[in-house]
Amino acid sequence: MSELWEGIAQAFWLVVTLDSDLVEITLRSLRVTLTALVVASLIALPLAAVLAVRRFRLRRATIAVLNALMGLPPVVVGLVVYILLSRSGPFGVFGLLFTPTAMIIAQVIIIVPLIASIAHQSLRELWSDYHDLLISLHTTQAQRIKTLLWDGRRALLTAALAGFGRAIGEVGAIMVVGGNIDHHTRVLTTAIALETGKGAFALALGLGFVLIGLAVAVNLCIHWLGQTERTGRW
Amino acid sequence: MKHLLLSVVVALTLHTPAWAEAMKLAVTTSFHNSGLAEILLPEIKRDLGFEVQLLVVGTGQAIRLGEAGDVDAILVHSRAAEVSFLASGHGTHRREIMYNDFVFVGPKTDVAGVKTAQNAQDALSKIANAEAVFVSRGDDSGTHKKELSLWEDAGLDPERFGRWYRAVGAGMGAALNTAAALDAYIMADRASWLNFGNTGDLALLYAGDPDLFNQYAYVPVNAERHSHVKTSLVDQLENWLISDKAKGLIDDYQINGETLFVFNAKR
Repeated sequence: MSELWEGIAQAFWLVVTLDSDLVEITLRSLRVTLTALVVASLIALPLAAVLAVRRFRLRRATIAVLNALMGLPPVVVGLVVYILLSRSGPFGVFGLLFTPTAMIIAQVIIIVPLIASIAHQSLRELWSDYHDLLISLHTTQAQRIKTLLWDGRRALLTAALAGFGRAIGEVGAIMVVGGNIDHHTRVLTTAIALETGKGAFALALGLGFVLIGLAVAVNLCIHWLGQTERTGRW
Repeated sequence: MKHLLLSVVVALTLHTPAWAEAMKLAVTTSFHNSGLAEILLPEIKRDLGFEVQLLVVGTGQAIRLGEAGDVDAILVHSRAAEVSFLASGHGTHRREIMYNDFVFVGPKTDVAGVKTAQNAQDALSKIANAEAVFVSRGDDSGTHKKELSLWEDAGLDPERFGRWYRAVGAGMGAALNTAAALDAYIMADRASWLNFGNTGDLALLYAGDPDLFNQYAYVPVNAERHSHVKTSLVDQLENWLISDKAKGLIDDYQINGETLFVFNAKR
């Protein structure tokens, strides 16, 4: 139990003294996860809108599969990406294994189904409200998708934040494809796993509190940027 | 302010630093846990001018990484695995660098009486006779292979052990954490043990049998199989590792006043 207090104290000192290693791995965590989030959102949000607006044969199957893939086990994703990117795998020539790019790829795969599923849920409800209006205005499919994405932006923000939360705290996949190389692919979660392995619980906990703080700070920042929960706006 | 924040996010997202020349070396957890890497790597960078990126894995996985060509060289400690790695043409040669030793760690109360063991086999027989809880790495690492060969030498078969034998399938540090929680016996390399922070009620009970010596060897990955292997960097690192400077750094490395490694490379 005393380790918890030591962990809090460690976290405090790490932050106050701006420990250079901590700053480095924190920025790397942010860089990898934010990149993965941007890429995943660019794929998942339009996909969700298309699924809401268009009617095609495999639509229901696609939605069901996306929902099921929300529970993708990260360590399996890591292993598959690892085998694909390995020098002896199909994409080996790019030499991407054990680079931040490999970690981004793994995280994108993990969070696309999550973001797309949550986004689709809210866009579907929005679509049932907008359906008659947009049809009577003779809008094109692209216009409908654009309208939905814009007017549903608050809900989409929540979907993206859920994706961010899953990616920033993820360790199974990025440990496998990143390799936890010091100064290269070490991020907060893999550093925590490493320090736990060394039995340095206080430092591991300290890093853990920094990670939690970071996730909260990013969420607050995005809410503030998006001006959610203000009166008179939506 | 908003724009500033946005631009910070964009900069973070787009910024991909250019990496200087670097080679990838797969090392075992036991080597990394010893802390010697933190002494050697900065010196290597200063002397040779390139970065050595360490992938810390078990010997089994290090060998796999070498076979797939995902690293440029490996530094491991399981002779049999290294020899078969070379025999199948995945490596060019095997260069012995240094050795340290394994120790038996267990509860201070020492119910099995390992403290009075004559040698390594005797220590294991005592644990088996007492059926005291024993944590095994169980991850096909060099340490795990060594442990299995010692059981075999003692004429015992871990497959037939009861519930007291716990194979955790984890790295050295995680296995030590488990042993500390269970008050169990465990075989660890001395470096990991000395650097381990969460010792609980565990203590070093037996060490010193020559059978417990642990030879580390450097094996470059065969560039004929994997043309992307950075042969020049790999050779430079090998020459550095057997230099007088490396000898001094390795022999002088101590934790709590105890020497950990003995340099024994033949030049």
